[in-house]
Amino acid sequence: MKLSKRISEELQKAVVELDEGVLEKIREAHAIESAAAEASRGSQASLAVLNAILDNLAQAKAQSLPMCQDTGMFLVFVDVGKACPLALAEIETEILEGCADAVKKAHFRRSVVIEPVYERINTQDNLPPVIWWNLVEGRGLTIQILLKGFGSENCSSVRMLNPTGGEEAIINAVEEIVSESGGKPCPPIFVGVGLGGSMDRAAYLSKRALLRDVRVTHPEKRYAELEEKILARLQRLGIGSGGLGGMITALHVAIAYESTHIAGLPLAVSINCWADRKATIVWEGDDA
Amino acid sequence: MRELALPMSKEDIASLKAYDQVFLTGPLYVGRDQVHKRLFDLLQQGKPLPISLEGETIYYMGPSPAPEGKLIGSCGPTTSARMDPFSPLLLDQGLKVMIGKGPRSDEVALAIERNKAVYLQAFGGCGALYASTVRAVTTVAFSDLGPEALLRLEVERFPVIVAIDSQLGSVFTR
Repeated sequence: MKLSKRISEELQKAVVELDEGVLEKIREAHAIESAAAEASRGSQASLAVLNAILDNLAQAKAQSLPMCQDTGMFLVFVDVGKACPLALAEIETEILEGCADAVKKAHFRRSVVIEPVYERINTQDNLPPVIWWNLVEGRGLTIQILLKGFGSENCSSVRMLNPTGGEEAIINAVEEIVSESGGKPCPPIFVGVGLGGSMDRAAYLSKRALLRDVRVTHPEKRYAELEEKILARLQRLGIGSGGLGGMITALHVAIAYESTHIAGLPLAVSINCWADRKATIVWEGDDA
Repeated sequence: MRELALPMSKEDIASLKAYDQVFLTGPLYVGRDQVHKRLFDLLQQGKPLPISLEGETIYYMGPSPAPEGKLIGSCGPTTSARMDPFSPLLLDQGLKVMIGKGPRSDEVALAIERNKAVYLQAFGGCGALYASTVRAVTTVAFSDLGPEALLRLEVERFPVIVAIDSQLGSVFTR
């Protein structure tokens, strides 16, 4: 099958249905708020939100409608094998065609403007996507696409921490960023934390972290534990679903890190709404 | 769960308390960032508005396109905080009910109290659910704004939670 067709099909599905891991997290939150609802007005309200979310997902599927009117901006992460036989220009064309086709077929909202400050004229096709190119070993190609809603993106942030700050500085910074965003990003949220690199690289890493399957923890034990510690701190904020209070503010925290400078500890937090929509297309090198 | 008609009566507004869950039925306006800026600018310039705000309801929303055979696409609420700079003036012009998601500024809360208005929270991200409550859609003004145009909707059993009531009871202060 043509690459663009596969991209389009995956995007059409991602805008209507959540993947199983994300659904699992939402159901877990539902069970926790259910158990607490009798004693807490916040949990009761959170439960109403989570019920609406589950009802909404059923409606989206039944009506073939996007689950949310903010069908997001396409953030495209391309991992290209160093021996991949496809030309980069060819891959780019396939991505653009796939995105454009999905926008038409699945009735994506046209949410992208040509320039950010003055006329803000709509591009009318939800393009261009943001594309990140990354070289990896092998001859394959993996394309991951986030449908990034901007209610949550507006709550994302970067901090340049002190290099000696360690875990505590990181946990505090994430807590502050999430606390400040409150009910705005459509909680319960998914949190991607990027650490290291430079200011811009940390931001990129925070998006890569969001792309990880939410059922999988960080492969390194201490980072997996840091994810747990951050998550525990975020739940204490009591923002809850829809910002109405409750036990569960965040559904998952994922960290991605890279090397950095002796003088710095860049930290970026990307916040995603409960509608954590993503598509993955793996090309093994045989059917383009 | 209470069922209330739009436009909402003064008595109904006064009776609402933070955390109340309500179904709304009736007409409402739809407007988000650019509509707010335009209404605000018109008022600042002393020019007439394309609609009367008296006793009215505004829903912060920009729908996805309607598939063939449907009235509207996905149509859940957008983040209310971005309307905060404009809302006090609109409330002072007679607006009574705002529907969106997330917290509001202190200035908006005070304007809610001053005008005996109410802020309702719709379920964020639940666009398909809200599409199933829409019975009619009309574009009223600013059609050049595309998905951000000023619309009139007729809704039936549109679910919301009272977020800031007319006595400043709030789900956001804990």
